[in-house]
Amino acid sequence: MSLAREDVEKIAHLARLELSEEEIPAYVENLSRILGLVEQMNSVDTTGVVPMAHPLDTHLRLRPDAVTEPDRREEIQRTAPATEGGLYLVPKVIE
Amino acid sequence: MQPHELTIAALADALRRGDLSSVELTRHYLGRVNAHASLNAFVTVDEELSLRHAAAADERISRGDAGPLTGIPVAQKDIFCVKDVLTTCGSRMLSNFVSPYDSTVARKLGESGAVLLGKTNMDEFAMGSSNETSHYGAVCNPWDPATVPGGSSGGSAAAVAARLAPLATGTDTGGSIRQPAALCGITGLKPTYGRVSRYGMVAFASSLDQGGPMARSAEDAAILLGAMAGFDPRDSTSVDRPVDDYRAGLSAGVEGLRIGLPREYFGEGLAGDVRSAVEAAVDELRRLGVRTVEISLPNSTLAVPCYYVLAPAEASSNLSRYDGVRYGFRAELYDDLLEMYKRTRSQGFGVEVKRRIMIGTYTLSAGYYDAYYLKAQQLRRLIADEFRSAFESCDVIAGPTSPTTAFALGAKTDDPVAMYLNDIYTIPANLAGLPAASVPAGFGDGNRPVGLHLIGNYFEESRVLSVAHAFQRATDWHMRVPPGFE
Repeated sequence: MSLAREDVEKIAHLARLELSEEEIPAYVENLSRILGLVEQMNSVDTTGVVPMAHPLDTHLRLRPDAVTEPDRREEIQRTAPATEGGLYLVPKVIE
Repeated sequence: MQPHELTIAALADALRRGDLSSVELTRHYLGRVNAHASLNAFVTVDEELSLRHAAAADERISRGDAGPLTGIPVAQKDIFCVKDVLTTCGSRMLSNFVSPYDSTVARKLGESGAVLLGKTNMDEFAMGSSNETSHYGAVCNPWDPATVPGGSSGGSAAAVAARLAPLATGTDTGGSIRQPAALCGITGLKPTYGRVSRYGMVAFASSLDQGGPMARSAEDAAILLGAMAGFDPRDSTSVDRPVDDYRAGLSAGVEGLRIGLPREYFGEGLAGDVRSAVEAAVDELRRLGVRTVEISLPNSTLAVPCYYVLAPAEASSNLSRYDGVRYGFRAELYDDLLEMYKRTRSQGFGVEVKRRIMIGTYTLSAGYYDAYYLKAQQLRRLIADEFRSAFESCDVIAGPTSPTTAFALGAKTDDPVAMYLNDIYTIPANLAGLPAASVPAGFGDGNRPVGLHLIGNYFEESRVLSVAHAFQRATDWHMRVPPGFE
């Protein structure tokens, strides 16, 4: 599978990444090589094999619906780039 | 004997007898860390904090309340959150992240009385096999500073090999404990998936990530694993099952054990010097009384392609949390929210991380899901089933950990596929979720260490460690110290 420049630009946008003009050719080349490696999978017939999502094939545990964590908002928000009044600040999204 | 020549058991005895205090021991190791700072094995060292831990440990020892790790310095891979300590995960994205909480591994080590010696360097978000993707610079292999230590737990491996730390933690998603252990000549174990809690361990590929011990010997690794392992309700995939006494299990012996040798792990692509050392190690195991059986794991040869769908897919999802809003780095200049996301992520992540995010985004996108993600999950089952049947005819599987010894810094940085193939023998155990170790097994060309890979059945860490221990009682490869670090 060989990716085109437009594919890489589209994937970058979906992944919320901004690539410079100079960077794009290397991504086109290396991502195509990685997909070439990945496509070796097609040498094995997997018809009817049940997909394995998890190594132990267990079910996720449920826990009682009870509050177990204390309120640590201030402490947790100390790591944020910008907060105000307990809220996270981002650029204006609604005009 | 100098303190850095002693085993963990001998150090614990010395501490208990009062021959040495934890403060003295910690100072000794901090001195070595500083003297060999050029290896770049550590991202963060906080001497005051380490000495506070040591003083608390000394007090505990004087009260007669010491466990096997009380007062022992342990280096933490910088992927484990430690409360109020910088946790970068090797990335610019987390260059300012002072964790507001402890990972379960950090909490358990703290409770055991271990001393935090520092946070070790690593490939960015654990994505790499050479430690060269770290935002904080490459780490040098103490056996030859012009070569890589392996990755992603390269700082931990180099620190243990150079005797800058008696023990270190690592994590292993596709070989990140075992491959650097092999390249640096130390002992590393990836436990069964679910054995060590992932809570507070920065996520890369959640169905594959597993923390484990890195040490000089199987005995030292057994002690650290005992402190790390256990059920944790805070990790939804943690396994609720009693923890074995790994140290007691070491002396189980290997007589009559059946060791499986997969034909595919000794085929094309394996360097001659690694093959010779691994074959000699297998001969040594035969002398110790094991019986070897030839086995075949044909689908294992497709583990790398399978992994490079699953791991990037999980990574693209996990790393979507780095948006510059709640924690970590945020770009300085942007006009709107979309631009803030894009600039933050483009400036915060390095090239390899961006590549993997993009591969994952692509393979999970509409129209490609079945051809890539579903196909890889099906192949994953075939690989796991193959191990299941192999373990009907053998107890432990042995082979090389890595196809080559340490390679030169920069040799593979321009070719991601060549870099990925370093993990050809280690990835299958991650896909299946099996425990596996790398044990020093001699040297290849240029005096570079070779690792013997031992894969066990589910939850048989104890058996893997007992084989490693028997091997280490008969050999002295694990005692060798890189020149200049005696």
